[in-house]
Amino acid sequence: MTRLGPRGNLFLAAAALVLASMPYWSGLYDMQLASTALIAAMFALSLQILTGAAGLVSLAHAGFFGVGAYTVYLLGAGSIFVTLPAAMLSAGIAAAVIGPIALRTRGFYFLMTTLAFGQMLFFLFHDTPLGGGADGVFLTRPSMMWTVTKSARPAVFLLLNLVTLSLMYLGLWWLMGTMFGHALLGIRINEDRMRATGHDVQRLKLIAFIVSGALAGLAGHMAALTDAFVSPEILDWHHSAEALLMILLGGIGVLHGPIVGAFALTLVREFGQSVTERQRLIEGMVILAAVLLLRRGLAGWRR
Amino acid sequence: MDGFLVQIINGLQYGLLLFLISSGLTLIFGVMGVINLAHGSLFMIGAYLAYVVAGITGDFWLAPPAAIVGGLGFGAVLERVLFQRFRNREHLDQVLLTFALILLFEEARASLVGNEFHAVAVPALLDFSVPVVGGFAYSAYRIAVLGICLLVAAGMVLFLGRTRVGASIRAAAENPEMVDLLGIDARLIHTLVFAAGTALAMLAGALAAPLQSVYPGMGDSILIASFIVVVIGGLGSVGGAFWAALLVGLIDTLGQVYFPQIAGIAVCGLMALVLSWRPTGLFSRA
Amino acid sequence: MPSISRRSILAGASGSVITAALATPAIAQGVPLKIGLMLPFSGTFAALGEAIASAFDLHLKELDGKMGGRPVELVRVDDESNPAKAPSLVNRLLGRDKVDALVGTVHSGVVMALVQAAREQQLPLIIPNAGNVAATRELCAPSVFRSSFSNWQPAYGMGKALAAKGVKKAAWVTWDYAAGKESGDGFGDGLRSGGAELTKVLTLPFPETNFQPILAQLPGLGVEAVGAFFAGGGAIQFVKDYAAAGLREKLPLCGSGFLTEGVLKPQGAAAEGLQTALHYGDGIDNPKNIAFRAAFKSFSTHDADVYAVQGYDAAQMLAVGLAATKGDASAVKDFAAAIRAATIDSPRGAFTVSASHNPIQTIWLREARNGENRVVGPAVEALADPGTGCTMT
Repeated sequence: MTRLGPRGNLFLAAAALVLASMPYWSGLYDMQLASTALIAAMFALSLQILTGAAGLVSLAHAGFFGVGAYTVYLLGAGSIFVTLPAAMLSAGIAAAVIGPIALRTRGFYFLMTTLAFGQMLFFLFHDTPLGGGADGVFLTRPSMMWTVTKSARPAVFLLLNLVTLSLMYLGLWWLMGTMFGHALLGIRINEDRMRATGHDVQRLKLIAFIVSGALAGLAGHMAALTDAFVSPEILDWHHSAEALLMILLGGIGVLHGPIVGAFALTLVREFGQSVTERQRLIEGMVILAAVLLLRRGLAGWRR
Repeated sequence: MDGFLVQIINGLQYGLLLFLISSGLTLIFGVMGVINLAHGSLFMIGAYLAYVVAGITGDFWLAPPAAIVGGLGFGAVLERVLFQRFRNREHLDQVLLTFALILLFEEARASLVGNEFHAVAVPALLDFSVPVVGGFAYSAYRIAVLGICLLVAAGMVLFLGRTRVGASIRAAAENPEMVDLLGIDARLIHTLVFAAGTALAMLAGALAAPLQSVYPGMGDSILIASFIVVVIGGLGSVGGAFWAALLVGLIDTLGQVYFPQIAGIAVCGLMALVLSWRPTGLFSRA
Repeated sequence: MPSISRRSILAGASGSVITAALATPAIAQGVPLKIGLMLPFSGTFAALGEAIASAFDLHLKELDGKMGGRPVELVRVDDESNPAKAPSLVNRLLGRDKVDALVGTVHSGVVMALVQAAREQQLPLIIPNAGNVAATRELCAPSVFRSSFSNWQPAYGMGKALAAKGVKKAAWVTWDYAAGKESGDGFGDGLRSGGAELTKVLTLPFPETNFQPILAQLPGLGVEAVGAFFAGGGAIQFVKDYAAAGLREKLPLCGSGFLTEGVLKPQGAAAEGLQTALHYGDGIDNPKNIAFRAAFKSFSTHDADVYAVQGYDAAQMLAVGLAATKGDASAVKDFAAAIRAATIDSPRGAFTVSASHNPIQTIWLREARNGENRVVGPAVEALADPGTGCTMT
């Protein structure tokens, strides 16, 4: 997996500026749509350091996203300075509990194990009284430094999500340049060699798993904040598969791929919704096209 | 405690149904190295096939053979057209390809048969109940399904253990490179295994149709359960799948009775327990 | 003032009192009134969504396509009964399509997104099915009305009728979700009102249909009857499995009306004689019902059912409210006052709404006979949901 150089990052920054200026020129609905894409991008980006960097395909990720989102609900009303770290912490803890068991396994076992653990989290919120029921619940949005009026909400959340995604991207961009990042990439290329050269592969993977889980929890927190609604569906493994799709769509080989993939998928869906009620058909076709034709992803198009 | 015995039968019956689905899944993993998330959808297709066949002909007994024949054909086509190409692709590609199949199968089901729940009538011949202990009656059809599943399991043991093709499949499941060494046509083995796995899942769906109705997304919950069975039993091990399926069936059923709110979690917990003890399942050689 | 300015005022400060005062005179009679119809047109509940939408259309046609003097433009949205997608669909209706009023939906999770939006934006919302009690209890709002039922109501009727027959102890079986739990509460309250008690509640995860583990526990509970809440395929399977387990003779089965609603044909002999309670049934002998059933049949080619009645009444309630405000959907106060004062001439029998905006209605005791849920008589008359925790602000 490669990182963008200065010129590429400049291009991303320009795109971010365009989004940031949306309150001046676009409608409320388009800003909400942009928020949806930004949150999807955070979620997919959090998975990228597992899948893109270390080559681990996890289907438990929606579970961590959901734990983060439900943390906001479980805390009741509170300050965002409490809910945000709490969401990352609880998702990180969930990952730290599941990680050691799941990472004992490799290959297909890892896939299936994460699938089962993800569903376990799903059942936890779907079947027990903990999560407020199978239908989902509305929550009180955490308070921020200043009061946000109803009409200003879409713009404020758009900017907040944009800033969060940018910080997450910059953080990961830095991380992938460190020794830790290089070691993760090494695992994907040849795990046994990394082990032979004295790397504690298990520990590296576990750290990546926990960081990735905590970041997914952050994405979940932002989703709960934006929608003021959580439901068990967000923990379903289909949601994990969608994040994988965004990664593949954008390009597994590049760090910013999931961001491109998330925006592409959100736009395709929005377009699809206006032409047909057969959403699954469109999504299925997009995946087939991505898997069969677009093996480098949109962001890897030119290379 | 009279109810307990009935619950044990319930658990065994569910477990045996799970075995039909997961035996195919585990063989496909073992022999081809392909993960098929759409395996649950095949179960769903089998159930809807039974609903359609029973509806048109008025005879439910045509449905199981139709599911087997249809499954063999459908599986062979899927293998030749799609899965063969994906054998050596990355896991991510396999996951997404089969995820796409789930979406497309559900969409096809929606356009062909619609989205309603449908009940499938229990065949008239078995539409009676056998009294068991505690004033509780057990449907004769449920007992018949139990018997059919056991027969299929016995048939598989015989086929894998006593025939040349079976021996090559077992060899391939344990060590994929062996097939080439033995001079067997690997491509044929792959197609055969995938077709048989599809047929078993669809047969399970057809048999389950009168027991649980047919409804959209019915393949999803059974998919998770059969994955857990495969993980517990060990990839590629049909015997492991058998015992694991019974275990999962019993725990799920008894969990629903005694701890209804954590029944879904109990089975996952069992898997976590097994994995932390033996990371490659109970019956794998690795 | 051209209509466009009204929209921009609304978008800028929707819901404020000042807006309502400014906007009222500005409404041109010819400007279409946009009503968002958010219903399941695909997925498990698609048939219910279609019935509601058709009946809504039927009443709209009877009104020559106008409500409160303005031509109505319907914006149909398929919610797929997926709660996770609901907030963004509602955003779409409000933000992009800019609807003036909302009607929806079937699923009790999805309806929460609509209630939330209606409360925040003070938009009229008529709920044509979803029975979760919260919508007319702690989440009640001046602009939110229900044309259907609260989950508590039909089950209360069943419990009361059962106690009246002399049953002293009963159990409740349902899916582990809001509708199941709330109807269980109603069943228990109904039993207690007649001096009986609910001794056991058994649940399984929604929408599982493996009922065997539950059925095997029933004979050992020491109850005299079993009540159940299931719907759709689960209802079909449960009634059949109950009969196959040989329990019908020992433990009479009854339930909230959804147990046999629209599923009698596939249930067949297993449902024959089953008693259920609901706010509608076959053979309600009033002129309105007879006229409605004939009109619906020729309009939609389907037979009318309880969902059609609810959709029809949703249109009636909306029309009553909008007539009082001359088509101004933002005049919530007058809109609500008009519906509260009205008697809705429903096919189920005329009803008024309670202080928390849920119908005060007769719950009918019905018996399944030859593929119909024949009304036996009222299980309880003029039943209002308690509306606990509702404070209108």
